[in-house]
Amino acid sequence: MSAAQWRNAMNSGAASARPAPLATPVAEPLAHGELPSWLQRLGRHIGVRHVVVLLALLLYPAVANSFFTFQIGAQSLALGLVALSLTFLGGYGGMVSLAQMTVAGLAGYLVAIFGSSSLAAISLGWPWWLAVAFAIVLATLFATAVGWLSVRTEGIYTIMITLAIGVAFFYLAQQNYTLFNGFQGFNKIFPPKVLGIDFRAATPFYYLTLACALAGYFFVKLLVRAPFGVALQGVRDNPRRMHSLGFNVTAHRVAAYAVAGLLAAVGGVLLVWYNNRISPGSMNTGAMINILVIAVLGGMNRPIGAFVGALVFVLLQNFAIDLVSRERFNLVIGGVFLAIVLFSPNGLVGIWTQLRARLGARKAIHTPRRQQ
Amino acid sequence: MLAAATAAAFTGAAWAQETLKIGLLATLEGPFAAPGQDSMRGADLALKQKNGMAGGKKVEFIKASSDATPDKAVAATRKLVEQDHTPIVIGPLSGDEGIAVKNYAKTQPNTTFVNGSSGAQAATWGDPAPNFYRFNTEGAQWMVGLGEHALAKGYKRTFLIAEDYGFPYSQVQGFMASYCAKGGKVVDKAWVPLGTKDYSSVIARIPKDVDALLVVLGGSDAVNFLTQYEQAGGNKPMIGGSITVDQTVLNYKGKRRESLLGTASAGPMADSIDTAEWKKFVADYKANFKDGFPSPSLFAYLYYINTKATLDALDAVKGDLSNGQKAYRDALQKTNFKGPAGIVKIDENRNGVGTTYITEVAKAPDGSFYNKVVKVVPDITQTLGLPKEQFMKMGLGSRDVPDCRN
Repeated sequence: MSAAQWRNAMNSGAASARPAPLATPVAEPLAHGELPSWLQRLGRHIGVRHVVVLLALLLYPAVANSFFTFQIGAQSLALGLVALSLTFLGGYGGMVSLAQMTVAGLAGYLVAIFGSSSLAAISLGWPWWLAVAFAIVLATLFATAVGWLSVRTEGIYTIMITLAIGVAFFYLAQQNYTLFNGFQGFNKIFPPKVLGIDFRAATPFYYLTLACALAGYFFVKLLVRAPFGVALQGVRDNPRRMHSLGFNVTAHRVAAYAVAGLLAAVGGVLLVWYNNRISPGSMNTGAMINILVIAVLGGMNRPIGAFVGALVFVLLQNFAIDLVSRERFNLVIGGVFLAIVLFSPNGLVGIWTQLRARLGARKAIHTPRRQQ
Repeated sequence: MLAAATAAAFTGAAWAQETLKIGLLATLEGPFAAPGQDSMRGADLALKQKNGMAGGKKVEFIKASSDATPDKAVAATRKLVEQDHTPIVIGPLSGDEGIAVKNYAKTQPNTTFVNGSSGAQAATWGDPAPNFYRFNTEGAQWMVGLGEHALAKGYKRTFLIAEDYGFPYSQVQGFMASYCAKGGKVVDKAWVPLGTKDYSSVIARIPKDVDALLVVLGGSDAVNFLTQYEQAGGNKPMIGGSITVDQTVLNYKGKRRESLLGTASAGPMADSIDTAEWKKFVADYKANFKDGFPSPSLFAYLYYINTKATLDALDAVKGDLSNGQKAYRDALQKTNFKGPAGIVKIDENRNGVGTTYITEVAKAPDGSFYNKVVKVVPDITQTLGLPKEQFMKMGLGSRDVPDCRN
């Protein structure tokens, strides 16, 4: 098979496996003539369920104990944000990168190196906002560089090259002592106290991650409807045609990596504050694949999938041990993953869309047809 | 899923009147899964010996698992404390996990944390948590006395091969503290990453004029090194760390097996301790766990003494955990009992003061190899027998501390 044939096969395969984004109303109102303001469009898309979910998220710490607020809630949101970067890259850009956890890990390391930790010999002790700003900017640049390296490859080769980059960075962190402190990494990296609010406490930290997650979610929602996002989806579905239409395919892809890198970097800062520490183990192959598992579990064709996947993943990790024998609980985790991937190629969100479609179809039979 | 979890939480709360829940954390996943299982056996044994009761209440262990990473250990501990509401948590297993759990303990002043088998110095030294107790001794203490023993055998110059992380740093420091003070030299140090497969570059670095090798590697790393050293024609005698010359290494089938005879090592216990307490412990272990090891492992022993101290103190206060567990913690501080391998007691940092056994590999009449106790060093403090100021001046063990090269 020639390279061009292979690429075509990959593209047509990718397109047929992913009908949802085109089927949703996302694509329709984008005829270039009518471009109402973002707010108007947002208003049209907000339904009852959005308000319910948002209220539930806001009131959650009031009903949940500190464990559910912090370890389940905040961790799901932070992991979800990293997974969202992969959902954006994979679902809308057609590029599956395994290095998203590496970008997050680098951001975490940079917070430790620029900010303060238990290792005074390495940490520079900058104020937290400066350290975080530098960490996010540098990690985003790193992600852009990863993108620049890997956009020339497709499909399985993108996975391989990003895996290689991730593993290389893991070994660099594990064996470098002057900058990354080797195997042991950094301890005591605490979230800051701002205006008297200690973000180390469960509830403030939950709201911090929630704010970042919502910002990331809406950012992606808006971006995929913006000309850039639509062009990116075009590049995903048929790069050759986009190229002949005058779009710079490579630039769009690299830009997608940069955007995804920004999301992953913010998630990485949140994760390092969540764990209070970072070591090479935080971004080893297992952690890199966990992000892929979360994204696939939730469903790669909707931004919300990343967060649904993260929630289920975190719940399983915490409670599978209570359901079965202590020594065999990893079987439950594996079994659930297998079942979801087997029965719904589009993940949990895919099950939800299928159910809605089915219920909607039934309703259509029983009730007179409504025209909007 | 969520519903099941909250339901479990509610039923758990309803049970709390009759039973006392104690969290038990060990590594049931990852590279230390087998030791993790054995450590659970040690804790179960301590509870079984008391018929499942302590302080007049039925005790139930809520077991949790990590994969030897600090992140996972803290997550599992947080679930035990904040979700299952266990007033006491026993664990974790490995060194860096211990430091992470100690840091978490500071945020939960109403819960008492008792170490499982973590042997990192920093878990109790320097910045201790007031509610973190460790009844076992740690990695550096386990090697005290081995330095003198090596000198007595005539090993004046040694070459070090050790894994590059916290536990071997501590072990090496424990060895060097007395070895270097009495004139021994560690001429060069090779720190290798955990899980190294190829030791050829390290073996090429070994100078010809050293008397012995100090090998602080564990499990498959130790076996890999031994095999390759044999293939390279090496013939220097060895001194081992606390987990270097264990059963996996003693059962190793190479040609150089005979040369393992006489290899000195040290640890908080040994398979061949000749006391009634140890023999009873081994007999109880064998009677209760048909699927266990032929003899309790280091991890089973350490979890056993930590669990026993936890339960005995509950008896002493009749299960009273009121008033921020004040009476209970006083009772823990006063712990002093004769464990299977020596007295179990703690110092003012809540770290164990205990016995170290110096052993040498010997051949049993049936041809199998075992570690024979040659010397018992009691009452080893965390300052390794040095005055506190002198120990603080040296600092905690790391790649370059202590130096000891020349």
